[in-house]
Amino acid sequence: MAGPLVQVEKLCKTFGAGETAVRALADVDLQVGAGEVVGLKGPSGSGKSTLLNLIACIQEPTAGKLSIGGETVWEGHWRVPDLRRLRRERIGFIFQFHNLLPFLNAIDNVALAMTLDGVDRTTARQRAGALLDYLQVGKRASAMPSRLSGGEAQRVAIARALVNRPQVILADEPTAALDSERARVVMDLLRQVAREQQAAILVVTHDEKIFDRFDRMVALRDGRIEQEQPRAA
Amino acid sequence: MNLALADIRHKLGRFVLTCLGLGLLMAVALSMVGIYQGVVTEALALSRSLRADLWVVESGTRGPFAEASRIPGDVREMVARLPGVAAAGAITLRTAEAQAPQGTIRVQVIGYEPGRPGGPSVIATGRGLGGTRFEIVADARSGLPLGATLLLGRYRYHVVGTTRGLVASGGDPLIFMQLRDSQDLQFRLAPAAARRAIAASTGGGSTDTVNAIIARLHPDADPALVAETALRWKHLAALTDQEQSDLLTLSVVNRARVQLGMFTVVLLFVSAVIIALIIYTMTMDKLREIATLKLIGAPDRTIIGLVLQQALLLGGVAYVAAVAIVFSARDVFPRTVALGPAEVAVMAVVVAVICLLGSLVSIRAALRIEPQQALGG
Repeated sequence: MAGPLVQVEKLCKTFGAGETAVRALADVDLQVGAGEVVGLKGPSGSGKSTLLNLIACIQEPTAGKLSIGGETVWEGHWRVPDLRRLRRERIGFIFQFHNLLPFLNAIDNVALAMTLDGVDRTTARQRAGALLDYLQVGKRASAMPSRLSGGEAQRVAIARALVNRPQVILADEPTAALDSERARVVMDLLRQVAREQQAAILVVTHDEKIFDRFDRMVALRDGRIEQEQPRAA
Repeated sequence: MNLALADIRHKLGRFVLTCLGLGLLMAVALSMVGIYQGVVTEALALSRSLRADLWVVESGTRGPFAEASRIPGDVREMVARLPGVAAAGAITLRTAEAQAPQGTIRVQVIGYEPGRPGGPSVIATGRGLGGTRFEIVADARSGLPLGATLLLGRYRYHVVGTTRGLVASGGDPLIFMQLRDSQDLQFRLAPAAARRAIAASTGGGSTDTVNAIIARLHPDADPALVAETALRWKHLAALTDQEQSDLLTLSVVNRARVQLGMFTVVLLFVSAVIIALIIYTMTMDKLREIATLKLIGAPDRTIIGLVLQQALLLGGVAYVAAVAIVFSARDVFPRTVALGPAEVAVMAVVVAVICLLGSLVSIRAALRIEPQQALGG
């Protein structure tokens, strides 16, 4: 891959207008390359979630430029006609509380992301099963989400994020509901996936225990990048 | 994979209970449709059973169902001699309270001459009336079994046969008896009153009065032409069977029919609102799941399919339950619940349309859910 998979240039986001306007992000520049795991930290209201939403194409920037996988997605306006297709094919999401669909078992939760993309159910389930095995929750494939432990559910959620082999994985506090040991396991898993699939991973986190698992930490404050800190060797 | 079915399986108990509740509501609406149809069926049951081509009644009236009509009994012979008339029979009609073995019952008494038009076309059990007096043929709806005795006025009558589905426009079961018996019952004065009438020279002797003459025509006879011929007699009026049927449905039972029809419309409207609310609640319960689906890239058709399929499944299962409830309970209703394949099919279409319309609001709401609602705690 020639350039970064996620490229954010002078990205701005303002909510509201006039005197009541709130500037959530101001001139943010960020690049995440293939195989790189970047952490995003900052106090509440610093703009972490807004930045994640903009990169996920679920909110529209106010100014700047956003590229995913080398393709300009937003510059003045959306440049991609079908944003959901873009998310489906190129972006994987991992949530704080796993967000598995409660009415599908583990393997169907993972396979769903593929069937939405038109893959037949048998093929999708085969790939989902293999991915669950890879993430060491294959034995729980037929369990409903309510029967899974927090760690198991988060692994299933990671499998769902990975099943379409996305170029970019966005994670919002993926370890917040896990104990320290399981949090490190999940982060190691993400690092492994980033290396093996050459995916760019951006993780919003407050969890200092896992800061050492990132290639880079980016700190946001008042909508601006305050500091970029490479991983200690 | 079918998300709608998976979600229903996940909350099966809740779905079944919802369907059952909705099914009961639909059963009420379906019953109203059946009762509405039943009023029309009951109104026409007697005239259809008598298979009359022409009704000859008192001049200036539209009897015997819409208005009172009294004509001399010998008019039957005059009608029988009209060109085109194959057979004619005199009948009397009277609503009465009678003492049956099970208690007081309300019946419509029809008097006719056995062997002439006016009797029931089909006997379900027992036999039709013969030459013996004080015998009756009763409809099964009266609850009178074969051999039972009915006290009517001053006389006792024995049930020798039964019919099925023969009721008056008011829903009262029909009792058939000999014309002479019914004339005595209807027109003969009690002994004391008869003595007073004779003393005052105001009559009280002859009871040969009937309410209508029904005529069956030759196949090639024109009912309108025969009616016109009958009208030439000044003291008679004549209605074709079609006119009598129109009179029964558009006049005699019209208020009841319109009332039931309006109530049915109100019920369907209430059902539609409730179905829409249930579908909306079911959809909003899945707000986070729908947001997640959107976030992972599910197209709108997946979201619409989820809501729409659940709405149709809900309506379908509830309607099947409603049909089962109504058909298993219809005989308990005091009046006819006339539901055939046509009514059931039309109501199924109505329910499907209600479900489709009811889901529109929910679909709109589901499509407005933002994907970012899946994020956060």
